[in-house]
Amino acid sequence: MSLLTATSAAVQLGGRTVLHGIDFAIDPGEIVTIVGPNGSGKTTFLRLLVGALQAASGTVARQPGLAIGYVPQRLAVDGTMPMTVERFLNLPVRRDRTAIAETVALTGLEGMEHRQLTALSGGQFQRALLARALLGKPDLLVLDEPTQGLDQQGEAEFYSLLETIRQDMGCAVLLVSHDLHVVMRASDRVICLNGHICCQGAPTVVSEAPEYRALFGLGSQGALALYRHDHDHAHDHAHGHNHDHGHNHDHSHLETSPDA
Amino acid sequence: MLDDFMLRAGLAGIGVALAAGPLGCFVVWRRMAYFGDATAHAAILGVALALALSVSPFLGVLAVSLLMAVTVAGLTGRGYGTDTLLGVLAHTGLALGLVAASLIAGAQVDLMAFLIGDILAVGKTDLAIIWGGAALVLALLAWRWRALLTATLNADLAFASGLPPRREEMLLTLALAIVVAVAIKVVGALLITALLIIPAAAARPLARTPEMMAALAAGIGAIAAISGLVGSYLADTPTGPSIVAAAAALFAIVNIAASLYRRLDRSGPSA
Repeated sequence: MSLLTATSAAVQLGGRTVLHGIDFAIDPGEIVTIVGPNGSGKTTFLRLLVGALQAASGTVARQPGLAIGYVPQRLAVDGTMPMTVERFLNLPVRRDRTAIAETVALTGLEGMEHRQLTALSGGQFQRALLARALLGKPDLLVLDEPTQGLDQQGEAEFYSLLETIRQDMGCAVLLVSHDLHVVMRASDRVICLNGHICCQGAPTVVSEAPEYRALFGLGSQGALALYRHDHDHAHDHAHGHNHDHGHNHDHSHLETSPDA
Repeated sequence: MLDDFMLRAGLAGIGVALAAGPLGCFVVWRRMAYFGDATAHAAILGVALALALSVSPFLGVLAVSLLMAVTVAGLTGRGYGTDTLLGVLAHTGLALGLVAASLIAGAQVDLMAFLIGDILAVGKTDLAIIWGGAALVLALLAWRWRALLTATLNADLAFASGLPPRREEMLLTLALAIVVAVAIKVVGALLITALLIIPAAAARPLARTPEMMAALAAGIGAIAAISGLVGSYLADTPTGPSIVAAAAALFAIVNIAASLYRRLDRSGPSA
């Protein structure tokens, strides 16, 4: 049984439909990556699934008792609230000391337990957020651009940590990312989002893929990934998908993927 | 030297400070300072209505404060900023309260007491209401403490932990209404926000965790209440403003000390 299932879900923010026709399910242990241009609704998608947003239509069903570990994209920690890393890890539930020690070691936060959250670097802060999410023994870990602001080595370390976590804890992982070439290798399934789920499928890493760059509007330095995908819905542009929100979305490439 | 009324005044000040300190931390963390002001100003309308209806001012203040909180919540997100809504409602409440009071014969003098407070006139019943309200606020905060902290830190984290932040916001609003209702007699509607914010702000440089900040804010508030009371007795100054001035002095001392300490700390190892 899927951990959570969204059925024809739509989300409106400020009167604008940000997401529509979302059919999505994630199974235990699965790693799913969401890619898409800026403003395509990736964060909204995650917020819908974790319950921070209500669907304007359609439904989101979570398995009863589902534990979600959520790592938001940006957590503006207000300097007015003093908060040590240790205290943060015990929010909202006080955790067992050994569990904290293990998680701190796993995420490489040793020696920082008594630091203020505001004194952490970007990478350390991301790891503190991850550690807090892991302490809830999540069935599903939801990460919103977890490597934003990290250098390439930091990114690589983060993803290898993620792989370790999946193996050790067996939790499903749903993440948004821009780091296509790293992410693709680690994902079971990739979802291309742009107001709706454009396409999804298993990733296959190849050396060069210009269509990919065109699709995601990346710079020339290159996404080295191409993926095998399925169209699970008709893509008839005549029926009014709203494709006018600023992306160069060329669906013609979809017929050129390696399995075609 | 401590007459009976001084003892009652001291106990009233401490009671309010103990509740206002921790609650004030949330006001500071959530940047709700203006909300405290609005609740307090609107409370004047509650006082006027209570005087007109001959019921306890405490009930009138509580009712109007809650009504205002619910109105703000209901109107939020309809094209006005929260600060605008609070401004409209706060000053409407204050103005309507003053207008309503002028229509009731003999109410003017009473209303002044609620604007600037009259801690020296606190009676035994007032004292019971203040300590009862303070205990209730502290119990509410203690009961929901972790959820309140999580929701204050980040709404989405609270959602993902199964704690709808909206519920915690309502609880804070309720606690704020109670504190305003019990504190209005001590420092008055115009200075209540000071008692919420200044001790919490003074506690910030000294605290490493939210719990520590809440406890220190309560302590600093209590010290301010006592020293303001004694100061006003010795110098014959109005008591409510003296308490706030004492809190402000503590805020200044803490910040100066903290910056001196940082400077010493920085120059220490290198010297």
